Amino acid sequence: MIFVFFLILLMLVGAVAASIFRDLISAVIAAALVSLAAAILFYFLQAPDVAMAEAAIGAALTTAIFIIAIRRTKRYEE
Amino acid sequence: MRRTVTILLLVIVALGISLSLAKIPFGVPKSKVGKHYINEGVKETGATNIVTSVVVNYRGFDTLGEVTVLFIAAIGLGAVLAASGREKMRKTEPASLVLYTGCRILFPLILVFGTYIFIHGHLTPGGGFQGGAIIASGFLLIYLGCRERRISRVAFNLAESLGGLVFVIIGLLGLAFGGYFLLNFLPKGTANTLFSAGIIPIIYIAIGFKVGSELAGIIDNLIEES
Repeated sequence: MIFVFFLILLMLVGAVAASIFRDLISAVIAAALVSLAAAILFYFLQAPDVAMAEAAIGAALTTAIFIIAIRRTKRYEE
Repeated sequence: MRRTVTILLLVIVALGISLSLAKIPFGVPKSKVGKHYINEGVKETGATNIVTSVVVNYRGFDTLGEVTVLFIAAIGLGAVLAASGREKMRKTEPASLVLYTGCRILFPLILVFGTYIFIHGHLTPGGGFQGGAIIASGFLLIYLGCRERRISRVAFNLAESLGGLVFVIIGLLGLAFGGYFLLNFLPKGTANTLFSAGIIPIIYIAIGFKVGSELAGIIDNLIEES
């Protein structure tokens, strides 16, 4: 139970960090942290199917696509 | 003035949503159809994973639509990137030995794991979409670690088209044999064995190939451009 609350806290911290970071790569990594914590949380909520999709798509593929897009544009937000 | 009106509107909307949500009992099973899936799902479809029996059997047509949406998104991305004109590949420095060797060892293991996930979709958690995404993340690893290796686009397109074709043909066969689209016309076998649940494993293998090649194709398109 405490671990679930820790995960939710981690997700909140990651989401806030993703929105306030000026460095977009750091923001994407923070968003990936939210996805990863959400995947573990889905597993604890007995939804392993959703957890698998979230871990593979949310944490891995989306992060990679964002990073590729940021490489093509600007890294820092002004 | 505008800010006050906005806050007022937000408060009204929040009040409305919370009042209407408060009337719904929480944690009590309400829908009869959900109970039916849980109690009769294994008997009717032969798949021990209830999620799979809903996704592929009871709501198979929705899954066909979902696969089509992904297909159109991949085609749209390819078209936009092709219209913007392909630049020459920038010179990239080769990956270090540790990354290169790690990728080469991990890539087949990830492929086998993804394949396991979608072949056993009717028995254990997971299925075509999850397995396909895992396979695509394996290809992502190859693109990061061994960038001089290229996977042929022809193979991707072939796997994608064959996956979609098998899905539609199985659905049409159900129409021909039993009178409605995506009917489970194959024998269901004994539950909880690999060769059971009729058309569900075949469809999930087709979806796995399709989703895997589509997502890997999206990454391929993007990386060629950057």
